[in-house]
Amino acid sequence: MFINFFFNLKARGVPVSLHEWITLHHALALNLNDCSLTNFYHMARSILVKNEIFYDRYDIAFLDTFGGIETTDEMLEEILAGLKKVKELKLTEEEKRQIEQLNLDEVLRNFEEQLKQGHYKNHVGGNKAIGTGGRSTQGAWGYNPAGIRIGQGESRHRRAVQIAEKRTFRNYSSDVTLDTRQMRVALSHLRSLLPMGQGEKLDLKQTIDRTCKNAGEIELVWETKEKKSAKVMLLMDVGGSMTPFSELVERLFSAAAGQISRFKHYYFHNCFYQDLWTDMERNQSVSTMEVIKSEDSDYKVIIVGDAEMAPSELTWVNGAIDYWYHNDTPGIVWMQRFKEKFKDTIWLNPLPKRTWDYVHSIRMIRDVFPMFELTLDGLDEGVKYLMTGKCELYNR
Amino acid sequence: MNYFKGTDDYVLSKELRDNVNVSIALGRPLIVKGEPGTGKTLLAHSIAKGLGKKFIVWNIKSTTKAQEGLYVYDTVQRLNDARFGDNDVSDIKRYIKLGKLGEAFASDEQVVLLIDEIDKADIEFPNDLLNELDEMSFYIPETKETIKAKTRPIVIITSNSEKELPDPFLRRCIFHYIEFPTQELMEEIVHVHFPDIEKKLLREALKKFYWIREFDMLRKKPSTSELIDWLQALIISGISAKDIEKEIPFLGTLLKKKEDIDIVEKSGKSHYAYNTSMRTRDVY
Repeated sequence: MFINFFFNLKARGVPVSLHEWITLHHALALNLNDCSLTNFYHMARSILVKNEIFYDRYDIAFLDTFGGIETTDEMLEEILAGLKKVKELKLTEEEKRQIEQLNLDEVLRNFEEQLKQGHYKNHVGGNKAIGTGGRSTQGAWGYNPAGIRIGQGESRHRRAVQIAEKRTFRNYSSDVTLDTRQMRVALSHLRSLLPMGQGEKLDLKQTIDRTCKNAGEIELVWETKEKKSAKVMLLMDVGGSMTPFSELVERLFSAAAGQISRFKHYYFHNCFYQDLWTDMERNQSVSTMEVIKSEDSDYKVIIVGDAEMAPSELTWVNGAIDYWYHNDTPGIVWMQRFKEKFKDTIWLNPLPKRTWDYVHSIRMIRDVFPMFELTLDGLDEGVKYLMTGKCELYNR
Repeated sequence: MNYFKGTDDYVLSKELRDNVNVSIALGRPLIVKGEPGTGKTLLAHSIAKGLGKKFIVWNIKSTTKAQEGLYVYDTVQRLNDARFGDNDVSDIKRYIKLGKLGEAFASDEQVVLLIDEIDKADIEFPNDLLNELDEMSFYIPETKETIKAKTRPIVIITSNSEKELPDPFLRRCIFHYIEFPTQELMEEIVHVHFPDIEKKLLREALKKFYWIREFDMLRKKPSTSELIDWLQALIISGISAKDIEKEIPFLGTLLKKKEDIDIVEKSGKSHYAYNTSMRTRDVY
């Protein structure tokens, strides 16, 4: 049933509304798809799907619904082509009636016989064997309502299904790792939920003042309201096991720097202790205690790291991975302090979620910070959590 | 019945053309999204030209308000006129100035309206236009007038996806995502701009161009408009196809960021250029 397509889309997580579904029926009623499944594929997509990240899921739903479909796609074209082929064959009314009288069983029996005799070679015209343009009951484009259609070369009607099968938009799907543009969109939520308060406001007092000075000629004075934006702090794990992800993290960084006006960033290796580095080479540092004390608690903190380390790095005094570094306080305590000060903190992990349970240190850190995958979905969820305090996975 | 067939100076895919016609037939706005430089804005120009309609552009800025598109009531002018008694101030109609959307509605003939870069505006902007775009009419309380479109204008909306658009707004639109042109389509597009470009040069340039686009690490991938600029530079300086094979001249016209240029130049010199794992995100 056609409605299954709707439910299939829903099941794949494509947000389709009834409104759009009805629009599609309007379009079908106007025959805007020209009786073609390929056109239908594109038309339905343009009406039902409003974001390219869902194109891949649309493809899957389309395959599911129409995968095995037998249609007469481009029927008109085919009939016209067929008509061209039979134009030599002119039958009298009586002959046509005779042909119509043949029943299907007979036709099938005849076909099997012909097949056995090996008649089905290239054959044009004629009354008995298989071929094109003839009056026989077998073959393509012939005149016989009870005929069997065989071997017309590559069938064209499956084109739409093939397009869907290709799944060209897999890369746009939201659960693959991100590129900068996608990250920017995800991070823009950090901004969008705040009152932007831009635009102009009439400064009434100044206006009256100036107008008086101008001897009554009206002069308007506008004041610009200040833009409010999110304060974001980004803490990034560099070095060691994070090296393969450094490109990805760098993209996140450049997206964030472009998107957020008040933006602070620090670096650490595996776990942070009393110092936070301000450069990637870890030469310059600030005191973590200083950051916790001096910064406003309404900062949204995003920590990026794979959280993969020896448990001792979290729990031991002097447990830091760098031999030259001594910490009096275990890393996990620093993390808890951070969490106490900055309530809105999330941890983004580039490792796939299914691996998290196998790493002890990840489990420990997840007890402190809500952890999200560094994918578009994860980033979306994480930002939602930062802004509203709740999301599907965590509830503060 | 309007049927858009495309124009000579704008090459578009069949799907996009069909979607334009679906949007015209259903009388719903068409949202066009895609990488920068894929010709979103030019599409609207081409539709207006192809159908022979009047063309109205509404460029959206970050400060644009929905109301401005409908009409502006120039109270200051009225106040000034009242002060000096220059004009008849009792006629409010004189001080109502229709915006771009209002203009499109008030027009006697069907027009093509382009709302360019709608994602630049405030997040609430599209929501403020919901009813107006649905009904294609709005009410001016000052003059107790209703401006209603005689024929629904053909509305094309472009978005660079800087912000996501609200769902209720999207529900009322037809959506098309312009994919990056394939090499064949790109050859056609280039031919529109440079009708007598040397075949070998074009083939070689496109090969390099798509090679560069394969780099996943790029901050900003070169787009069609950058390719056109690059080809222009190549033609003017008379560089032959052979030279492009060896190195990429005028890389700066294709890539606008220092980091991107470094990546391409580095990989061009070493054997990594042929190691796809260096160039794609599969490495993760």
